[in-house]
Amino acid sequence: MLLYALKRLGLALIITAVALILLISMIQLIPGDPAAVLLGPLASPEMREMFRQQMGLDQPALVQIARFFGRVLTGDLGTDVLTNRSVLVTVMEQVPFTLALIFASITWSALIGIPLGCFAALYRGSLADRIVGILSVSSIALPSFVIAIYGLLLFSVKLGWFPTIGAGDRGDPIDQLYHLVLPSLAVGLGWVGYLARMVRASMLEVLSENHVRMARAFGLEERTITYRYALKIAIIPTVVLLGMGVGNMISSAVFAEIVFARPGVGKLIFDAISTRNYPVVMGAVMITTGFYVLCTLIADLIAAGLDPRVRSTL
Amino acid sequence: MLREPMGLLGIGLVLLIVLGALFAGLTGYSPSKLAMRDRFLDPSFTHLLGTDHLGRDLFTRVLHGARIALGVAFVATGISFIGGLILGMIAGYGPRWLDSLLLLLFDSLRAFPTVMLALALVTLTGPSLAAVVLVVVLATLPGYARVVRAQTMSLKTTEFVLSARSLGAPSWRILAVHIMPNLIGPLVILVSMDIPVVITIEAGMSFLGLGVRPPTPSWGAILNDGYAFIRESAWPAIAGGLPIIIATLGFTFLGETLRDHLDPRLRQDG
Repeated sequence: MLLYALKRLGLALIITAVALILLISMIQLIPGDPAAVLLGPLASPEMREMFRQQMGLDQPALVQIARFFGRVLTGDLGTDVLTNRSVLVTVMEQVPFTLALIFASITWSALIGIPLGCFAALYRGSLADRIVGILSVSSIALPSFVIAIYGLLLFSVKLGWFPTIGAGDRGDPIDQLYHLVLPSLAVGLGWVGYLARMVRASMLEVLSENHVRMARAFGLEERTITYRYALKIAIIPTVVLLGMGVGNMISSAVFAEIVFARPGVGKLIFDAISTRNYPVVMGAVMITTGFYVLCTLIADLIAAGLDPRVRSTL
Repeated sequence: MLREPMGLLGIGLVLLIVLGALFAGLTGYSPSKLAMRDRFLDPSFTHLLGTDHLGRDLFTRVLHGARIALGVAFVATGISFIGGLILGMIAGYGPRWLDSLLLLLFDSLRAFPTVMLALALVTLTGPSLAAVVLVVVLATLPGYARVVRAQTMSLKTTEFVLSARSLGAPSWRILAVHIMPNLIGPLVILVSMDIPVVITIEAGMSFLGLGVRPPTPSWGAILNDGYAFIRESAWPAIAGGLPIIIATLGFTFLGETLRDHLDPRLRQDG
């Protein structure tokens, strides 16, 4: 297990490093002058030249990559062009808002999706199972930003039940929760279907195993078997897959934050693009990508801890 | 397959979108001509979905948006399909070091959440349709290549491939004649399952202003206009979201049914 953990950690580090190289080499590979795109058509040639020097774009590609790595390793992600503060500080200020949104979405979708999956497995092949199946597929397919806008339109603009913008008062947790309802609805809805599907599938697998048949032979009630014996095992792959799905969730969170004008990393990047605040965009993309790699790493380690067969795959 | 209610619904919805794209020019309105006197009209027989903040007919814009959505889906998945097939076969059949290198590249590309990739890329290129296609390819190709690679590796040791090799067939011939035909079927299903994802990426990027530029009607752009004027009129927002819902659901239902019928082995999780 230790060997696997070390190997997996090494792989995560390599992947992060290559991802960073890809990110920085995009500047080299993409045709056109980033200085021209970022500064807009009105910038004078002198301004462009200054910008290139500031960003180190006048140096050879390899020098740029090496410098960039050196800075990232020391935790220096550059300077926010607008406020002159460290990019790391700017991004980290927004991270708690995004984490809160993701956490709220996972929680509510797990609370509904997991029992739904159990229910569908329990009544396999019934009309209810088929309806749950179609609803799951639909909820996975629907883009979160459409749900966000329709939710905003119906519950905020037309009915006035929920606030339209912001994350609530700083010192007021109830108000903050209230502001989380619609955004987390948009982010989490697809996950209800995803979880229901996953739990149903692994549940069906577990239900056909020997120890469950044993419990059945003892005459235990089907409901007791499902929730007390089978679910404990069936939930494992689902929990692990949750870690892998965080990337999707980050993507949906970006849209939810923008639609509901909610502070967070996604909103930060979006605003930084319109103000051409290039270091903030790159810094925030780097941090979220690192976070995502970390999540898949944790998920893989949990999987390996629970199931020894996984350890031999690396 | 026609007996499955879900498949039938899927075909119906997809057909709706395709016909809409084909006959977009027949509504009698221009998708981009302004008519400021007709701003924010509610739906009626003259304007089936109402009008937007510039008085343009939303129904016409939605139909023209279908062309963009289907076009991007077709072109981008096509590039991903071919690229994934070739790179995957090279990784699976080629020397070990090349395989490791390509795998590392695929995994690193997949380390980016799609939206982050789009945001980072468009900061550098500026918004365009080409940027959308590039993001879709970067987001989907690594997944296809990985599947192709795994299949190629298991095919590599089958008897018909070994016998072709012992007869002295060159590598390219083995790949093109013996291995590729066995890969295309599963890959087609996989790619068709991704069409709703591609449509979502295009609409999402246009919604964020990272995709097609106005006044070109993309569903995401229509939705964004609707979002900006959501207090004036609900119809632009509804009109922008509706086709996205129809298209993603339609292609998903169709893809699921196709997969279950053509290749039960690919059935991932029930």
